[in-house]
Amino acid sequence: MASVTLQELSKRFDKVTAVNQINLEIPDKEFVVFVGPSGCGKTTTLRMIAGLEDASDGTILIGERIVNDVPPKDRNIAMVFQNYALYPHMDVYKNMAFGLKLRRTPRPEIERRVREAARILGIEELLDRKPRQLSGGQRQRVAVGRAIVRQPEVFLFDEPLSNLDAKLRVQMRSELIKLHYQLEATMIYVTHDQVEAMTMANRIVIMNYGEIQQVGAPMEVYDHPVNMFVAGFIGSPAMNFFPGQLTAQNSDLFVDLGKFAVKLPKSQTNLFGSHVNRKVVFGIRPENISDRQESGEHQQERVPAKVNVVEPLGSEVIVELSAGDHIFVGRLDPTTTARPMNEMAVYFDMSRFHLFDADTGVNLAHR
Amino acid sequence: MKTRTRKFLGQLFTLHIPLVPFILFSLFPFYFMVVTSFKSDGELYDLKAIPFLIQRGATLEHYQLLLGNTPFLTWLFNSVLVSVLATGISIVIAILAAYSLARLRFRGAPSFGTAVFITYLVPTTLLFLPLAQVVNRLGLADSVWALILTYPTFLVPFCTWLLLGYFRTIPQEIEECAMVDGCTRFQALIRIVLPVAIPGIVCAVLFAFTISWNEFIYALTFISSTAQKTTTVGVTAELIRGDIFYWGSLMAGAVLGSIPIVLVYVVFMDYYVSGLTQGAIK
Repeated sequence: MASVTLQELSKRFDKVTAVNQINLEIPDKEFVVFVGPSGCGKTTTLRMIAGLEDASDGTILIGERIVNDVPPKDRNIAMVFQNYALYPHMDVYKNMAFGLKLRRTPRPEIERRVREAARILGIEELLDRKPRQLSGGQRQRVAVGRAIVRQPEVFLFDEPLSNLDAKLRVQMRSELIKLHYQLEATMIYVTHDQVEAMTMANRIVIMNYGEIQQVGAPMEVYDHPVNMFVAGFIGSPAMNFFPGQLTAQNSDLFVDLGKFAVKLPKSQTNLFGSHVNRKVVFGIRPENISDRQESGEHQQERVPAKVNVVEPLGSEVIVELSAGDHIFVGRLDPTTTARPMNEMAVYFDMSRFHLFDADTGVNLAHR
Repeated sequence: MKTRTRKFLGQLFTLHIPLVPFILFSLFPFYFMVVTSFKSDGELYDLKAIPFLIQRGATLEHYQLLLGNTPFLTWLFNSVLVSVLATGISIVIAILAAYSLARLRFRGAPSFGTAVFITYLVPTTLLFLPLAQVVNRLGLADSVWALILTYPTFLVPFCTWLLLGYFRTIPQEIEECAMVDGCTRFQALIRIVLPVAIPGIVCAVLFAFTISWNEFIYALTFISSTAQKTTTVGVTAELIRGDIFYWGSLMAGAVLGSIPIVLVYVVFMDYYVSGLTQGAIK
């Protein structure tokens, strides 16, 4: 097992910069998830670690070894591809044994490892089938099994679950988490699905435009996003953003949102005082919007709104609301009385808001 | 009407009857060839006889003339030798060329692919003159080697172009996976890409073999001694004497000459199954 270190790593395709000078240290045995929208450079980064793309600049280390010029076969990594990439002319057993055979592993050892991996993944009865005789979920398991038998230092996963249906995806997700505990291996996982990122990762790396936006534990990036991109990307439904202006009245700070304003808690006055009269974006997550006033010590801001759409999900109700020129989403208790086209008052939990610079998108609390 | 009868009639009109014109069109020349080769000269040259049928008894005299009085078996051997070697050389070169054009990213790769195709479009009727010079300079004139070495000039572009399209359909990920698994690029080509590309390669082999087998212009211009001729040129040169056509034997030569092609197709057709990549991805 090994750590992976990326130093000033860049990749340029002709004139397009896919990955721009990223730095990251992935300690041994960590499960790190790269997440970001299409074209953010996450897959390119993974392919550079695998050796399938040459780095334009920078250094890649696996353990203590610089691997920039090491061919993929000698990096001691295993990769699971988005589309599984099974060898169609080999049966499942041969698919899994192929890498070991190339490394001249003794036959009994190959047999033992393949059977062991097949047992872990529950595909023992499929060993003599060809890939075309397997379902999507089974192919996925074979692809994972092919990686396991190699016992590599680092596992690379390139959106391995995106071709599965929703139910199977949830199941495979928890199996991969279990696998990480069992194998105690370094795993690097790429996905565009922030739910996968949140549920599986020890640490999340959020990328956009070829740059790392934030690195941190799932709840850390959720609670303390460094900028509007991270805030909007992590969390579903996404965080609500209200462009406005920070104003001061007496000793209180307000975010002026046009037709209404929200008062910031006194405790935050020092933090944001230097930004008064600047354009800001007020951000609050749907679950921090409530339709009832609570008696706790948290300050709540009452906002009169109109209900546009009500989506009952059983355990919760997602409502789209509008107030002034702003349209936003609240995640309410199923007992809510919200009905489409009705007026109602909602309450923002002012212990959980975020304030961003309107020009740069940077979270002002992080300055 | 019973549903089964109805289904049968439906299939008859939508599937089988539409095939009839195609079958007639493609098999008629072959039929006419076979019929003519077994006809006696008397019937063959009788203007009142029906040309499509044998009415006065079949004869083997044309085959006896062909096999007894001409070196037909030598020509047949030459044809096999030339076609097999030319096809083999061309396929190896074409696989390497097509693979690198399909996979490797280098400057000018796309335009090179187009150039390969354009080379294929240059007619042999233009090329045989300069090539004759080349063949003479190399001292290969009047030898089957002249053909073995010149046929790849049109087979390689054709096969490359055909395989290029096939390689592009093979998902790149399975190769990349093989390289992560421990292959060099060349090993990945041999152990993963080629087995998956068998239908495409078989297709290229069949076409290359057929084109070599049927080639006429180069064989006619580069070879003059009877013993070095291939079937196509040998039969026409020896059985058309001035304005005398030995129709029966010509057709007998054509019938025997097409047998190896049929055999090659029969052998390779089993491998010519599509969908080998099925199951590789998604």
